[in-house]
Amino acid sequence: MTAAYLARAGKKVLVLERRPRVGGAAVTEEIFPGFKFSMFSYVVSLLRPEIIRDLDLARHGLHILPLESTITPMENGDYLAAWGDHDETRRELYRHSPRDAEAYDEYGRLMHFMAQAVKPILSMVPPDPTSLAPSDLAGLLRLGKHFRGLGAERLHALVKLMTMSSADFLDEWFETDVLKATKSASGIIGTFLGPRSPGTAYVLLHHYMGELDGVFRAWGFAKGGTGAVSESIAAAARSFGAEIRCDAAVAKVHVNGRATGVVLENGDEIAARVVVSSLDPRRTFLELLDPTQLPSDFVADIKRFKFRGSSGKVNLALDSLPSFTCMPGIGRQHRGAFSISPSVDYIERAYDDAKYGAFSRRPYMDIVFPSMIDPGMAPPGKHVMSVFVQYAPYHLNGGWSDAKREAFGDAVVNTLEEFAPGFKSKILHRQVLTPADIERITGLSEGNIFAGELALHQLFFLRPAPGWAKFATPVRNYYQCGSGTHPGGGIMGASGRLAALRILKDGL
Amino acid sequence: MSLRTTPFHSRTAALSEGQAWRRWAGYVVASSYELSHDREYHAIRNSAALFDVSPLYKYLVTGRDAARLLDHVVTRNVGKAAIGQVLYTPWCDHDGKQIDDGTISVLGEQRYRMTSADPTLRWLHLNAGGLDVALEDVSERTAALSLQGPSAREIVQLAAQRDLSKLKYFRLTEAAIRGIPITISRTGYTGDLGYELWVDAEQALELWDALIDVGTPYGITPAGMLALDVARIEAGLLLIEVDYFSSRHALIESQKSSPLELGLGWTVAADKERYNGKAALDAERLRGPSWQFTGLTVDWNSLERLYADVGLPPRLPSQAWRTSVPVYEQGGRRQVGYATSGGWSPLLKRYMALAHLETSSAAPGTSVRMEITVEHRRKQATARVTPLPFFNPERKRA
Repeated sequence: MTAAYLARAGKKVLVLERRPRVGGAAVTEEIFPGFKFSMFSYVVSLLRPEIIRDLDLARHGLHILPLESTITPMENGDYLAAWGDHDETRRELYRHSPRDAEAYDEYGRLMHFMAQAVKPILSMVPPDPTSLAPSDLAGLLRLGKHFRGLGAERLHALVKLMTMSSADFLDEWFETDVLKATKSASGIIGTFLGPRSPGTAYVLLHHYMGELDGVFRAWGFAKGGTGAVSESIAAAARSFGAEIRCDAAVAKVHVNGRATGVVLENGDEIAARVVVSSLDPRRTFLELLDPTQLPSDFVADIKRFKFRGSSGKVNLALDSLPSFTCMPGIGRQHRGAFSISPSVDYIERAYDDAKYGAFSRRPYMDIVFPSMIDPGMAPPGKHVMSVFVQYAPYHLNGGWSDAKREAFGDAVVNTLEEFAPGFKSKILHRQVLTPADIERITGLSEGNIFAGELALHQLFFLRPAPGWAKFATPVRNYYQCGSGTHPGGGIMGASGRLAALRILKDGL
Repeated sequence: MSLRTTPFHSRTAALSEGQAWRRWAGYVVASSYELSHDREYHAIRNSAALFDVSPLYKYLVTGRDAARLLDHVVTRNVGKAAIGQVLYTPWCDHDGKQIDDGTISVLGEQRYRMTSADPTLRWLHLNAGGLDVALEDVSERTAALSLQGPSAREIVQLAAQRDLSKLKYFRLTEAAIRGIPITISRTGYTGDLGYELWVDAEQALELWDALIDVGTPYGITPAGMLALDVARIEAGLLLIEVDYFSSRHALIESQKSSPLELGLGWTVAADKERYNGKAALDAERLRGPSWQFTGLTVDWNSLERLYADVGLPPRLPSQAWRTSVPVYEQGGRRQVGYATSGGWSPLLKRYMALAHLETSSAAPGTSVRMEITVEHRRKQATARVTPLPFFNPERKRA
């Protein structure tokens, strides 16, 4: 993303990628003949519409398709459904609780306001609250004004969102447990926290932010998988003149008073006026640089930056779609997500396992069937199934091994079999990815899908380290971008764009 | 029902979740089948959308002078068209003002099918004096489906059991699907890869069922007019009675447009000796048309600001609109034209509109201002003149 924006501004840009294809965790691969998988990251949530327009990504092949519903199977055989249509969703909720059906609209309205309040922050370079530099002061002033403008009620709600657990926050609104469970699940994705851990409420907001951008759908699926997002950005970058070299792993960044270039693992040296790292902060600073080139307190901050990968992924090739007990048959439910989050206790218990170093015996899962949305993902009549699984701690007791990976995969399919009997017999091929695999393949430290936990103490002017949240680094002409920087992870593109704008502003 | 239903109605009615219907040429057709037209729209660009386009008026023109008649009526050169070719063409009155637009399919030697949005039989008769030609209204007898989207070819090939890779854009072929004789033309109203299938009304339902059967694993999705409306704006295709008035329905002169003013200059044959409106069009071409029909892209930041001023996030139309909206010069005072259709492109993430602009304000890239109503008040958002089409995928012609 940074490369595309820099090239668009007329800079000569070279992109170096360790793997055979660009995208990092946003790649589509044909793991099993004829079946294509968004191997890691599988939905698009907050990709900025201005980026789609600026880079003309539709022309380069980007098409984001709506993911319209979420079905949560319950343990008693019932379900909770959220459909694309408001009336339908309200009627469904009414079945569970007339009171919640009414609260749902009010809740939606509040979250809409909150998202509106937080959204400008996403597109802004975070000001440093401890700095007296004019730009920081101006930024803080703007921010202060912005928050004062919210009014008391909304400011209070915002503070609650920032401090409470998602379970507690939702308790203030709803009585239906399965609703609270499904909503709070979105607050724990990619973190090593449970729905009852303070600070998780904030992430609830992310679901509402997409809607503000005129995307109309908070979540979407990229035609061709998430790799198509990466490929479209790469195509745009190339159209602006950027060069992209794959199978070219960077070993070190050369520093001589300032960054002067890189040396590749194969020994090639490439000189550059500016070096930008889109790796996570640990790799950007502690691997590509020699820590002695950095201030020691900064090194300490980066060392403290938490990764703690907590999620895994199971990709399945299916002979046919599974029928769920709660909503038998094959139908429109398969075009949306299935959330295995039957109760808050269920998710919290899944977290309990992880707290003490085990993977969840009955994990939280977010399931989609990409081939139902884009038929091109699988041979006609066959399907691919993407299962996001939490929790699978990076620091597993005794470490990850092949046997443990398969045991984890078994826990996933066995749990699913309970909700969709006969499901296991439809599996043609199974790929299980643990945080250790995610780290090995994508390079994301500890397999954290957001390149560093998306927790409040690591966001905004603290991401990745206090004082260094503005894409510059302590090394002159060495910049950082990517999910490990503000505003964080998800297929968003925001940090890359902001980093490029910063570099251009610095006159480099 | 006092309105007519199409030969596919028993199938389309069964799919209608929200009973959302629209009138088209005296028929009812689905606005959308699902409660929202969203998925139907995306099917056009992602897999394949199936439209019932039976309400089109269809005429069979045959005989020794068939080409002569058509050449006299329409602006394109029909005599030069090869068998199997389809021409998109407007036709004009004697003053060179557009009456309608449609297609002419060259079905065989001295055998043509003309489609139109308005009834055209009388106009053809009026122009056929002394010619050896037979005219037949086959509108009701012929049902039509349009299958549009990147998977359209795979589905039609599989259904018709033949290779269609050689069937070029705006060409047709005779074929059969499960024994049902059909004509397949590589045409459509979406600006995407797509085909229109023409079938005897008696066998319409069998054809529908066959396509759904074969197409389901490929994501075939019955779609309604709301989805089509967004796609046709992306494709920059104009719509009669929305983007222009038929000169036969216009009450005053300024309601009329010429093909040159509608961006259809390319359809006005330079090498034809005689056709309705030729003298006027030749003269207009010489002096240059005073109007242009072009795209507008509403500037996002400008739109966002208008809404932010009243404390709202930008609101976008959830459906394509079709009303007349004033367009002003950059200064915001002098009106330089009007937009006639517009909407949000979910694919391009762009607020687009189709507009008539005075030629002096119509150069691509020109900044103009389009009226937007924000909280009951008239405001203006910056918009940029954008060449049509907004979206033009390679697969359309490939």
